Amino acid sequence: MGSESGAPLLEVREVTKSFGAVAAVQGVSFELYGGEAHALLGENGAGKSTIVKMLAGVHRPDSGDVVVEGAPQTFAGPADARDAGISIIYQEPSLFPDLSVAENIFVGRLPLLAGRRLDRAGMVRRSTEIFARLGVALDPTRPARGLSVADQQLVEIAKALSLNAKVLVMDEPTAALTNVEVDRLFEVIATLRRGGAAVLFISHRLEEVFASCQRVTIMRDGRLVRTATIDEVTVEDIIRSMVGRDLEQLFPKTETTPREVVLDVQGLSSEGVFVDVDLQVRAGEIVALAGLVGAGRTEVARAVFGIDRRTAGTVRLLGKELPNGRPRKAMAAGMALVPEDRRQQGLVMDMPIDQNVALASLNELSRVGLILRSRETRLATEWARRLQLKFGRMRGPVSTLSGGNQQKVVLGKWLARAPRLLIIDEPTRGIDVGTKAEVHRILDELVAGGMAVLMISSELPEVLGMADRVLVLCEGRVTGDFTRAEADEDSIMRAAAGLSATGAA
Amino acid sequence: MTTAVQQPPAPTPAAESRWLVAARSRELGIAALIVLVFLVTTAYNHDFARPHSIQQLLTGASLIALLGVGETMVIVTRNVDLSVGSTLGLSAYVVGDLFKHQHIPVWSGFVIGVLVGLLIGTVNGFVIAVLRVPSLVVTLAMLYVVRGIDSLIVNGQTIDPDAIPNAFTAVGYKDVLGIPWLAVIVALIVAFFGYAMRSFRSNRDLYAIGSNPAAAELAGIPAGRRVFTAFVISGLLSGLAGALFLSLHAQIDNSGGSGYELNVVAAVVVGGVAIFGGSGTVVGAALGAVLLNTIDQALVASRISSFWSEAIAGGLLIAAIAADRALSLRTARSLRRREGAHREL
Repeated sequence: MGSESGAPLLEVREVTKSFGAVAAVQGVSFELYGGEAHALLGENGAGKSTIVKMLAGVHRPDSGDVVVEGAPQTFAGPADARDAGISIIYQEPSLFPDLSVAENIFVGRLPLLAGRRLDRAGMVRRSTEIFARLGVALDPTRPARGLSVADQQLVEIAKALSLNAKVLVMDEPTAALTNVEVDRLFEVIATLRRGGAAVLFISHRLEEVFASCQRVTIMRDGRLVRTATIDEVTVEDIIRSMVGRDLEQLFPKTETTPREVVLDVQGLSSEGVFVDVDLQVRAGEIVALAGLVGAGRTEVARAVFGIDRRTAGTVRLLGKELPNGRPRKAMAAGMALVPEDRRQQGLVMDMPIDQNVALASLNELSRVGLILRSRETRLATEWARRLQLKFGRMRGPVSTLSGGNQQKVVLGKWLARAPRLLIIDEPTRGIDVGTKAEVHRILDELVAGGMAVLMISSELPEVLGMADRVLVLCEGRVTGDFTRAEADEDSIMRAAAGLSATGAA
Repeated sequence: MTTAVQQPPAPTPAAESRWLVAARSRELGIAALIVLVFLVTTAYNHDFARPHSIQQLLTGASLIALLGVGETMVIVTRNVDLSVGSTLGLSAYVVGDLFKHQHIPVWSGFVIGVLVGLLIGTVNGFVIAVLRVPSLVVTLAMLYVVRGIDSLIVNGQTIDPDAIPNAFTAVGYKDVLGIPWLAVIVALIVAFFGYAMRSFRSNRDLYAIGSNPAAAELAGIPAGRRVFTAFVISGLLSGLAGALFLSLHAQIDNSGGSGYELNVVAAVVVGGVAIFGGSGTVVGAALGAVLLNTIDQALVASRISSFWSEAIAGGLLIAAIAADRALSLRTARSLRRREGAHREL
């Protein structure tokens, strides 16, 4: 149905972009035609988001061009891209918590009345219209603070729609949405396409791609693999092109026999965030916590560790109950937490590598309250060897390392404490494919050595490849519990979307 | 299940949240507190409610409230301007000196005061918005630099009342319908900027910049230009405050306005402007200035040591910030709970 008229609306021509030594995108070209929905696919770190940011005017290509309706563009900033008719919905909503929902939709181009006054009423009216089109009940006058991730995403979508853009770029817009909302979004996309707009759609849910897109472009490691029409390819083709190797190779998984229960969580609740979560992790197994962004997975981990207070439920480690809201007690009992955002929460970026590794073990490394610098370095060197850390100087700042090696530093920091339970949130986010496999190998070895691992991951291949058991959260509730044999992409996605948990144990 | 299930729940929030907003309104709370302090003090000392005393309350708060307008615009963008006190001092002395030695016309005293402030504000804005040096450092440095220049010009002298034209000082002591001119002028400025901050696009952008700088960038807001303008306005109003300071006190040496920067920041924060940007109003800041000044005067009227006045100002400051935090946590939680209910599939 996608009537692809002659000239492309938008053309990405041989673009290349590097950040320091890392080549994020190398010589990628593709076209978007009016009336088509075009999927851009690739693993995390394949360079999709860099392409999006170049279209958005956030980054400028080192070489190559972004061409809109035949005219090469030089975007000085996001406002230029917007004025050229490109509108972006980002993966991470970026709202202004202090402004109203309506103001968030029109920010940067707030409508004016005579005398340059804000047209508040008009803003609210138009917001209401857009929400009606999307079929959501959001009050445009309320502040954006406190919106759930899904509602934030809906505001972003409303913002993009309000622009009536020629080219609409959606970077994983559905990650946090419920199925009803996703369906409505697809109806809106179809309407836009019929109006002659082009949609660039990024998603990890391949069934969505097959349902709504006419063409796909696949990237791997910053390069273009292929562009094809949707009926030329199968799911298997796409996965093979994205990954470029077999799953077994990526996910080394040793079969182990789980032993005693290490972590036992019963009825864990945090008001308004998650309810009544039961979970057990045994020594020698990896339990994955799957679900959509905003389902409450990270919050569960934080409550288990005691960073956030729980409002109900018990957490036991090796049979011993842990007090509420006391992370130091959890650490002392043998728990470790590798957070999702390693730059903000996992590392002190300007501190040397060895001090970062030593950070969680300072008691053991000090004598009468004084830290022994040489012991820090010795400890860090030991872990650098065991984790095969690639570094320049042990006493150089950790910010000089690549993402994957930074993750190893965080891992080393916690492993130095010899924990019994390792909670790891998005272990390989933003890590290149090679180092990813190494992190997986390390996890596998740890489990084989008898550690219990609770892994939060948004990447289904990682969940399916690494986990012995999969627990799925949806909107703060456990909606699925699968063994390694039962778990497959479909059953996990259904549970994550809150549909009847068909394969629930 | 029938087809009616598709119907989204009626959005009760509309009415409720407006009520919530009103209840949360910092301005009302502060106004109530001002009245309370006033009534309690009057009960102890009836002189406190006499017209002359009330005029003093208004006059005393006016300059801080005026500085608070610019400071609010700056703090809303997640910056701070610590140079306002020094700017006021320099502007006041320059104007006084010109009256004494050049016998300039009365109206030009205000123009020159404003120009001095404009110059300092422009330098601040340039270094902060263009060279991207943190505002805390820039304006702290500017506080000392301007005070140094001031001392250099003053050179130990004092400008006495007889050097200042009567028509100029009239602004400081005359009143209209019992309200001091000074307070009227400041109230008009507060009202104008209060309206502007609500209804002009460029000023709404200031809130966006302070609320989420990264998102402001993505939304194509010219953050540099807006922050620059905020500092220029803060400087300009500080310069005007200098001229008004001179007309109020009719004399000036090199210490005029020293320490004001902290009083201003305190008034602004007590008035409900979030110290990390994104929210707060000019009217709230002005009320904050009136409240702190009223407490100050109330303690004097009750013959309580002035030590307590500062301790109470400090206590209020902490209470204001703690209350903000608690409130925003609570509203976020209650909003989330409501959403949880309406998103049930």
